[in-house]
Amino acid sequence: MEVEGRILKVLQNIKGTDIHPGENDSLFESGLLDSFALTDFVAGLEEEFDMTIPDSDLSARKFDTIRRVASYISAKAS
Amino acid sequence: MAYLRAFGSYLPTRRVTNAEMAPLVGADPEWILAACGIEERRYAAEDDTVASLGVMAARDCLQKAGAAAADLGMILAASGSSERFCPGPASQIAAGLGLASTPALDIPVASCGSLIGLVLAAQLSAQVGPVLVLGSEILSRRIDRTPKGKDTAILFGDGAGACLVGPDTGFARIAGSILSTDGAAAEILKVERERIVMEGKSVILHASRKIPRAISDLLARHQLTPASVGVFLLHQANLNLIERLAGTLDVPLERFFVNIARYGNTSSASMLIVADEWRQAHPEPAAAPLVFSAFGAGLNWGALLAVPG
Repeated sequence: MEVEGRILKVLQNIKGTDIHPGENDSLFESGLLDSFALTDFVAGLEEEFDMTIPDSDLSARKFDTIRRVASYISAKAS
Repeated sequence: MAYLRAFGSYLPTRRVTNAEMAPLVGADPEWILAACGIEERRYAAEDDTVASLGVMAARDCLQKAGAAAADLGMILAASGSSERFCPGPASQIAAGLGLASTPALDIPVASCGSLIGLVLAAQLSAQVGPVLVLGSEILSRRIDRTPKGKDTAILFGDGAGACLVGPDTGFARIAGSILSTDGAAAEILKVERERIVMEGKSVILHASRKIPRAISDLLARHQLTPASVGVFLLHQANLNLIERLAGTLDVPLERFFVNIARYGNTSSASMLIVADEWRQAHPEPAAAPLVFSAFGAGLNWGALLAVPG
């Protein structure tokens, strides 16, 4: 599965529903992620991608859209 | 060695309920409660100052400790909302207590300042004698009560808390502490142009990780686990955050003494205010470890452990 699809899977697990936001849709402005769901989202990404997101990267803006998250994860993996 | 002798607090009388706040910020009272667990907060009177609130809390603490201001070896006063940067409120608090030469130092750190004060007091009291630690805030003057400022306006309230740390006796002994600072994230929580500016989601992300890590590391140093702690006395930032921290530490929420519903987030004052209420409800000598923890501007965060005896 491509990175974006795996990110969506993490998001769907947190929300418990079959949501399909656009890659550039704001997950915050759409109401999909509040402060605490974002914390779960970041933890879910670490588990899904078997990575540690360091405290220095804990800026909400990095996780606002699926595309931004995909770019971040791809950059960390390379 | 250093001991916790007593706490004190002062809350202004004016109550601002969610019903009063909601129309100002364009939100429902129920939404405010769900977002942060706050039902009302207190606002200072027009002629109150950070120092005047601090003096009231200091007097309450000294009275509960059976101590006199003249006994103090030092005052450490934390505030992120003082009316002026320099001199800060510490010297005015000392003057308000009738002290003319006792050293009184400011800790200008919102939210975590009183924890920093406790950690410093634990180190200093053996040399200088009893240290009075204060957190005093008037945050109602640092928020924007309009829809634009909703995210901070709903949270913050005014108040002051105090703790007397002594070198000889007390109801619990300060056993250790951890303090940390991460200036790389300083921009996510700051006071700028006299207003609190906060990236709430980033703050929660950091706090959700850093606080449990600090508490777990501190307890591990002392061969303790979260389950062995009698009470957690935390900075009252947001009830949802406290619930999350309890879950991360795998401790029942009942082990966390909370009062955020009645006072809101009073920044550096909140941890000492909640400690004062806990102590009034439990006046006996401590029977189990106590953990204090706070997180705030800087970023600064940490934890302090006190144990029976």
